[in-house]
Amino acid sequence: MNPRLLLATAGRVLAQLRHDHRTIGLLVGVPTLLMTLLWWIYDGGGVFDQAGPPLLGIFPMVIMFLITSVTMLRERTTGTLERLMTMPIRRADLVLGYAVALGFAALLQTAVVATFSIWALDLQVAGPEWMLLLISVLSAVLGVTMGLAASSLARTEFQAVQFMPALLFPQFLLCGLLVPRDQMPAAAEAISDVLPLSYAVDAVKEVAVAPDPTIWPEVLVIGAFIIGLLALGILSLRRRSA
Amino acid sequence: MFHRMMNQSAAVVVDRLTVVRGTTTALREVSLALEPATLTGLLGPSGAGKTTLMRAIVGVQRLTSGTVTVLAHPAGAPVLRDRVGYVTQDPSAYADLTVRQNLRYFARVLGAPAADVDRVIGQVELDGQADQVVQTLSGGERSRVSLAAALLGDPQLLVLDEPTVGLDPVLRRDLWALFRSLADTGATLLVSSHVMDEATRCDRLLLLRGGGLLADGTLAELQAQTGQSDPEQVFLHLIDHGIGGAA
Repeated sequence: MNPRLLLATAGRVLAQLRHDHRTIGLLVGVPTLLMTLLWWIYDGGGVFDQAGPPLLGIFPMVIMFLITSVTMLRERTTGTLERLMTMPIRRADLVLGYAVALGFAALLQTAVVATFSIWALDLQVAGPEWMLLLISVLSAVLGVTMGLAASSLARTEFQAVQFMPALLFPQFLLCGLLVPRDQMPAAAEAISDVLPLSYAVDAVKEVAVAPDPTIWPEVLVIGAFIIGLLALGILSLRRRSA
Repeated sequence: MFHRMMNQSAAVVVDRLTVVRGTTTALREVSLALEPATLTGLLGPSGAGKTTLMRAIVGVQRLTSGTVTVLAHPAGAPVLRDRVGYVTQDPSAYADLTVRQNLRYFARVLGAPAADVDRVIGQVELDGQADQVVQTLSGGERSRVSLAAALLGDPQLLVLDEPTVGLDPVLRRDLWALFRSLADTGATLLVSSHVMDEATRCDRLLLLRGGGLLADGTLAELQAQTGQSDPEQVFLHLIDHGIGGAA
């Protein structure tokens, strides 16, 4: 690994994002609008305080997944990846450079949405608010790493977009938001045990109800998923292709 | 089949290279050598295997059999990665960055000096567009951004896949003069082209057809073998009759 090349790549990806003002607007604006809608349909109050915290992580996760898989796929399909593969850059520097840049974007996005939800929409959690922010950022970073890994499965942007419902919707259905995980059929609960979103939702539910929540086991599992997905993203890049 | 002695000092040696992709054979038992500090033209109809051969030389093509040796190392070896410049057929640059931002990034990846960015912008005559976003450039300008990136860091071997497509005659003349001066100062160049009059600017020509090497020699040699004087006619004669079909 070469930190200089990793940072050069991260800087380049952020420069690309900076040139795209509309994407930056959508990145921050869409989840903020969705949280406002949620507050509006529940008329604020108790139900909003239950449904809001998990969605504070899920909305950014979905958006970051889409943005990441499409940006990474663009690198693969426009010849720039082939050029880079003839140059002295390691695959890890490239993938981690993307992860750092888009993780930074995820951090800014989640910070804005969380601040808005807590201060403007009066989202109430029993535990500390910084824990809510931490898990939301981790969820968004999870979306980034899932996007990096998934982009190798897609050949076109059209396919990449369809991996969103294929990979994220099952996690959404099984994460315990619609039906508590311990009330699901045993097989469904077992599947939910190996999906990263389940741990993010477990942790965030804990923060919502417990004044002194313990979230570190979940945070560790999410961290392990992030590292594993990054490794998958790195290994799926090939210097030589058919 | 035209054979050439393999030279120990050659910049590139391709030995019985075969590449099979799915059910099609992209290259069949191709052997050739490129002398250092020469400008070689790679010709052949579409689908002849030109791009596959170039990808094999820069080390991004999976090989079925045979070997490719570049500057005394196996093609694609880590030590070669700052010594080989490659221009892909479709211009490869980040469309949402400026010309200068693109080149600055590639220069950092190569470990090339920052001053190289301005040098290569000048070499491809993009001084006026340096701070323009690549998306807003014309097709010919984009392919020159791609070429500029390959010139960063003074590579010893330059593999250029149709670098002059879509350029006007004046620019084409200027770029071929640049290729010539790079070869004269010690770089080895392999340039693919569809335009036959560009063949006259090369030290040597390779002609691929259907994945096989059909001809390998100077333009004068090929003219003598085919009995044709016009490069276009030499090319068509070789495609239609092969090297043995000389009138």
